[in-house]
Amino acid sequence: MSLTNDKIKEKLVEKFGESVARFEENYGLLTFEAPKELNLKILQFLYDDAELKFKFMTDLCAVHYPDNINNELAVVYHLHNLEDNIRLRFKVYTSVQQPDVYTATQLFSAANWMERETYDFYGVNFVGHPNLKRILNVDEMDYFPLRKEYPLEDQTRIDKDDEMFGRGGTIV
Amino acid sequence: MSEHQHHIKLPEGSIEKQTTTLNLGPTHPATHGVFQNILELDGERIVSAEQTVGYIHRAFEKLAERRPLYQITPITDRLNYCSSPINNMGWHMTCEKLLNIQTPKRVDYLRIIIMELARISDHLICNSIVGVDSGAYTGFLYVMQYRELIYEIYEEVCGARLTTNIGRIGGFERNFSNTAFEKLEKFIAEFPKVWKEFENLFTRNRIFVDRLQNTGGISAERALNYGFTGPNLRAAGVDYDVRIHTPYSSYQDFNFIVPIGKTGDNYDRFLVRCQEVWESLSLIKQAYNKVQEFKGTEAEVYHANAPEYYLPLKKDVYTKMEQLIWHFKIVMGETEIPKGEVYFSVEGANGELGYYLISDGGRTPYRLHFRRPSFIYYQAYSELTKGSMLSDAIITMSSLNLIAGELDA
Repeated sequence: MSLTNDKIKEKLVEKFGESVARFEENYGLLTFEAPKELNLKILQFLYDDAELKFKFMTDLCAVHYPDNINNELAVVYHLHNLEDNIRLRFKVYTSVQQPDVYTATQLFSAANWMERETYDFYGVNFVGHPNLKRILNVDEMDYFPLRKEYPLEDQTRIDKDDEMFGRGGTIV
Repeated sequence: MSEHQHHIKLPEGSIEKQTTTLNLGPTHPATHGVFQNILELDGERIVSAEQTVGYIHRAFEKLAERRPLYQITPITDRLNYCSSPINNMGWHMTCEKLLNIQTPKRVDYLRIIIMELARISDHLICNSIVGVDSGAYTGFLYVMQYRELIYEIYEEVCGARLTTNIGRIGGFERNFSNTAFEKLEKFIAEFPKVWKEFENLFTRNRIFVDRLQNTGGISAERALNYGFTGPNLRAAGVDYDVRIHTPYSSYQDFNFIVPIGKTGDNYDRFLVRCQEVWESLSLIKQAYNKVQEFKGTEAEVYHANAPEYYLPLKKDVYTKMEQLIWHFKIVMGETEIPKGEVYFSVEGANGELGYYLISDGGRTPYRLHFRRPSFIYYQAYSELTKGSMLSDAIITMSSLNLIAGELDA
């Protein structure tokens, strides 16, 4: 139980210098960012290092920040060291024009479908993924529905008979 | 056993194909839920399997981005609908973590009673369905009667049975009635005998054991790499349990064992679930004892003191000024939601159910991601079934406890 957030941070900074940045402890969970080119190197280091042992991928997903120009998409990894029972969150950002991020499937079999899901909803292109195709949506879909430019149906639209949808409709 | 051991030798020039493609699903009578598998069969032996999922995808993560926190609870019902209360409570606790709400002990213990009942009802289904798939229907019909007792308790607490929407952010919508506790006592009294009998029917049954042992097995190392959690991981011999590793809802106040298996095969998964039912039952008894220790006004506590987030009683909204104000503020999204990112997970009945919630301070989440255990471990299905018989693959699917609602979100 000797592994602490400070220790992880120290080891990462020692290895990757200024590339790993923006360390935070949001509700006690160590969070940091790195350039997307380094994602595999960092995951591998976290996995292999004799002290860090982050060998369990809890979760992988993406977030869309449309105002974050050239870094619109964040890919978020949640890793867990089960021996010392400590978790961390690691983010890389990519532009929406060229959303290429290296796949983590070589390291974690669990990443396979999670990356497909992320591709399906955000269009992140996981370079080197063995089978990167849509998983939950229909294959014919030509957009990435969880991106922020696709809002859910506008609640103020008036071309439908709103009374049928419990929205009151236009009062005459 | 090599996968081609029983390979048929076709004569030279035969027009017969070596393998057959079989579409198992999406609505195959032998699978429980909407699953499709495209199997490549050599006789009855599976050469390769490819799962196609998403048949009941309902875009929960997108929907959640338009809903205030308290309206997301019904969405979570529809993930693993065999144990909805665990999903509901997990979501409430995620919000409570974001909003920094401390729940009273009594609420925690009541939650544990409900969550462990849900775990029992989930394991009841899973294990009895494994029985159905191996040809033993009786156990299933027998234990279903006792799931009914659990559902009656839910009904008494929240009014619903399957998709429960139980509780609120901060606690429960009302105190448990005496009838709820009576029903709980009835369940605690009657259920052990039933479960013992169920175990007697199965665990040492020669036919059942032969069907389950050495089928659908996975090593601890592969299971971890595949992101297995819950009973499936524990059956492979890894004692990871969120209730122990990251205690929530005061699980640290309780004594219970985390049963583990060894080979990770269908039989071990079955045994681990059987044992977990006993542990859940013990947890329920312990929690009920603790709940009974609260006397007087303490026994009336069923929610946290967090008026800015906990929806007030409707009858108070009609008669009391302050409650009316809070009701208005919560419903209209006037209460302060902190900015921040939270990852919170609970030990769902089939694994670690995680909620990754990003709040930008608005009334709805900026992003909400569900870590759905069955979505993650179902990817191992082709590896688990490669080279096995078709009929074993059906059992493997059941014993993984795949729930289509959770898989497809």
